[in-house]
Amino acid sequence: MTRDRLVTLLASRHFQAVVAAIVVVVLAGLIYAGQQELMAKGIVSGFDFLWRSTGWDIGFSLIPYSISDPYWKVLLIGLMNTLFLGFAGLALATLVGVLVGVARTSHNPVLNAIGTIYVETFRNVPLILQAFFWYAVYTHLPPPRRAIEFGDAIFLSARGIYLPGFNISNGAIAICAVLLVVGIVAALWLISSRRLTGWAEARRLPLAGLALVVAAIAIFLVGEAGRIADQPVISMPELRGLNIRGGLRLTSEFAALLTAMSLYGGAYLGEIIRAGFLSIPKGQIEAAKALGFRPFHIFTLVRLPLAIRAILPTLTNQYVWLIKATTLGIAVGFSDFFLVISTSINQSGQTVELLLILMGGFLLINYTIGTVMNAINRSIAIKGQGTRK
Amino acid sequence: MADTMLRTSGVSMEPPRQSALEKFRADYFGRPSDVILTLGGTALLVYIGWTLFQWAILDAAFSADVGPKACEAKAGACWSVIAARWRLMFFGLYPYEEHWRSGLACAIAIGVAILSCVPYFWAAKRLAIAWVLGFAAFVILMRGGIFGLSEVTEEQWGGLSLTIFIFAAVALIGMPLSILLALMRRSSTPFVSVPVGLLIDTVRSLPLITILFTVAVVVPILVPSWLQGEKLYRVIAGMALFFAAYQAEIIRSGIQSLSSGQDEAGRTLGLTYWQRMIYIVLPQAFRRALPPTINQMVITFKETSLIIIVGLFEFLASGNAAYGSGEWAFAYVEVYVFIAFVYFVFVFSLSRYGAYLERRMRIAQH
Repeated sequence: MTRDRLVTLLASRHFQAVVAAIVVVVLAGLIYAGQQELMAKGIVSGFDFLWRSTGWDIGFSLIPYSISDPYWKVLLIGLMNTLFLGFAGLALATLVGVLVGVARTSHNPVLNAIGTIYVETFRNVPLILQAFFWYAVYTHLPPPRRAIEFGDAIFLSARGIYLPGFNISNGAIAICAVLLVVGIVAALWLISSRRLTGWAEARRLPLAGLALVVAAIAIFLVGEAGRIADQPVISMPELRGLNIRGGLRLTSEFAALLTAMSLYGGAYLGEIIRAGFLSIPKGQIEAAKALGFRPFHIFTLVRLPLAIRAILPTLTNQYVWLIKATTLGIAVGFSDFFLVISTSINQSGQTVELLLILMGGFLLINYTIGTVMNAINRSIAIKGQGTRK
Repeated sequence: MADTMLRTSGVSMEPPRQSALEKFRADYFGRPSDVILTLGGTALLVYIGWTLFQWAILDAAFSADVGPKACEAKAGACWSVIAARWRLMFFGLYPYEEHWRSGLACAIAIGVAILSCVPYFWAAKRLAIAWVLGFAAFVILMRGGIFGLSEVTEEQWGGLSLTIFIFAAVALIGMPLSILLALMRRSSTPFVSVPVGLLIDTVRSLPLITILFTVAVVVPILVPSWLQGEKLYRVIAGMALFFAAYQAEIIRSGIQSLSSGQDEAGRTLGLTYWQRMIYIVLPQAFRRALPPTINQMVITFKETSLIIIVGLFEFLASGNAAYGSGEWAFAYVEVYVFIAFVYFVFVFSLSRYGAYLERRMRIAQH
């Protein structure tokens, strides 16, 4: 057979169909072998195990949990922990990212240099190394009795970090967090959306302010409703005996992951934000200057809306990536979704089912973030620019 | 009237030229807010820089002779832990007398990586030959068993050389696989394109750790023992698949950015599918996809550190072991800073190279 004939054969549809058939046969064989192997080990497949009680404890939970609770509850707690850490990490990383991005686009060379040093330091070191580092730092802190104090409000100890907290139920705090996000998104949408016309367009800023005020009032009302009775609203941590009581305790595991995620993620987000601001054509800003806009208005009415449009698609990817990074919980022992799944696999042996749940969970998270961000992106995209997404 | 005209004609219409000093003043002290930022920022940088310098150099202990006790008493960094444990960090459990082999293997791998950054090697054939030869030399040196080298099995590999081995193997397997996946996803046969698309999207939506965990921990439960193979190679296969899924999308976008005329021209010349791909489409697609490809390499190198989770003794794990044992337990900051520095050197130089390529390509386009 000549080389040409071979090449044609490789490209033909029959050959491709044969390849597909081989793939199907190999997959079927693997599944069959896997089933045989599981049967030989005496493992029953199916999802019945979800209602069995676990018999083991987990380190961190937002809702009450005991070792007699069933598997589905453990998995739910893991998913909640992942979302909790993920969203706290995203929020902090975004904050860091905005600061760094602004510093790096600043015309002041010193500020610029600080931003550059920050980005290069934190971006070029693996995230898991940073998580290990912060975990080592937090567990080497002094014991609670000799905790490092900041103005009687913040205590750093080897048992965790204590911050002032609220005497409000977890459920109410979750609703408040959602309301806060909704309020901020609504405000940003009002500032930058092209849907508004006429009367509404001229009042962008007041309307955005109104959205924030409404959100603040709603948060206040929900918080008031969810208050734990007979306690002051703010609970301060204080040293009593050998331990610190009250306040909000962040475990060392959670704090280490949160620190690593926000510092590492902040470096990446800072770069995305910088690229977004740099992508604005100079003419747009010069036009605004020529029209006599003040610097504040140039920023809020021209630079910010244009930058947000350029930033959002990349930001979506980065957010999805950061949420996936919560799986590092397994490195330091934070009970995130993945750690809970892997412990369940070890304990129950329901490997295939749990892997399917794992995949389903992450597909759901990715899909949700993607959908929400794309919806925001679509609503603020400049209309009539065709395929620019 | 005529007077003013005369006068203006004598004036230079060019904008006033800024001297270096004036530019400096405008940049650093142009506005009141700038004065605060410049002075405050400089003070911050000087403070951090000086503190670090004092900790890392002035007050530090360097010699391996300084024992843990004396070292802990020092105000600054205790680099003695590195001096005492560097062999463990770089070579892991590799037999002590054979460390030169592990070191030489690393040097060869790094040499090949540097060579492939030189434009002379930017041809598929040269690149492939360099990598395959370099990789073979690496494995022969590490594994031994021939040429009078004593055999060292994979379980004894560790440290930085294991990290580099995994990275090189992932790149070597993942790159051709990614091309294959990208072409299959673009196939006109739905039998091929749909499953491959599904595979790529599923792998991309999962965190790498879950894939590593599946291949390292779950596969032994599911697969009969004769099919399992060494854990190290399962991990490499998993990482290569993960790398290929991302890289396939990068190549695919490179292919899609080509004008369709390129492929059509190939068709009119009577070239077959593979001839068009190999001589026309892929080389151009690769050139366009070079910056994101380098970026993907950078990310992959950093991600090799995740395999500590599945219990392989790579660089980070051997670093943990270097301070984890009793007497040096206090020196965790120094160990982590050192590991971070080594990663920094690799990742930073790779990403700088990527930035250089991007600049070079931008110039070439104009």
